[in-house]
Amino acid sequence: MPEPLVFHFDVDGNDFTSAGTASVTVKKNLRQLGLPSEVIKKLSIAMYEGEINMVIHADGGTADVIVGESYIDIILADHGPGIPNVELAMQEGYSTATAQIHSLGFGAGMGLPNMKRYSDEMTIDTRLNEGTTVKMRIYL
Amino acid sequence: MTIRTLKEYLDADVLCGEEELDREVHSAFGCDMMSDVLAYAKDQAVLLTGLINPQVVRTAEMMDMACIVFVRSKRPNEAILTLAEGAGIVVLATNLRMYESCGRLFMNGLQG
Ligand SMILES: Nc1ncnc2c1ncn2[C@@H]1O[C@H](COP(=O)(O)OP(=O)(O)O)[C@@H](O)[C@H]1O
Ligand SMILES: [Mg+2]
Repeated sequence: MPEPLVFHFDVDGNDFTSAGTASVTVKKNLRQLGLPSEVIKKLSIAMYEGEINMVIHADGGTADVIVGESYIDIILADHGPGIPNVELAMQEGYSTATAQIHSLGFGAGMGLPNMKRYSDEMTIDTRLNEGTTVKMRIYL
Repeated sequence: MTIRTLKEYLDADVLCGEEELDREVHSAFGCDMMSDVLAYAKDQAVLLTGLINPQVVRTAEMMDMACIVFVRSKRPNEAILTLAEGAGIVVLATNLRMYESCGRLFMNGLQG
């Protein structure tokens, strides 16, 4: 079996201007690999939502994308505040985003539901005051 | 319609992507919230928005959109245009507001 291809990014939590850069880079790389465009679109929307979440809710973190033979994993890990109630956070429209985040065009409470919708499997591992790791898998 | 025709309906200026103006587009999405674009847009090729920041371009890129129209006389800075160029996205700017921009395009057959 060939070695899986891994992309690693540090996601800066202090610079909203750069938020989304990792997802853009992944999308470009996956295009070069010649993956089907529907797979790339699903993956890039899911990753972008997760990357934005790390910036606006968790002061940044890391993003790893692992391209295997039959699926792609996206692992988003942060050391932010954690999510107190994941079930609630997963509901459409639930958001703790501030007016400032709304003015940047985000914080409608659709990110996590959208990540679930566009990935084939998603798990959230979160601990209060320690951080959150979101893993998403998309089959090729 | 082509992006060139769309630009004429909106009396818009082309800020980047001149070489892509003959691309055909069939539907559009108008919104200032990028969250809503990510959650509700499907295969729309055109994004009309009054929000100006780099995430507008990145959102359009994630959604495989071909054209961004900035409404209400808003002008993106060079950094934003550079991102759009890199993504192969045409950027237009119109003095019209959101409602009239969408209205003109819809009346002329561009679907939602
Ligand atoms: N990485 C994260 N760290 C801490 N809280 C998070 C994280 N991701 C999401 N949340 C919490 O879950 C809520 C819902 O997330 P989401 O559905 O993406 O909506 P939005 O980002 O628009 O608020 C957020 O408002 C926030 O309270
Ligand atoms: Mg979100």
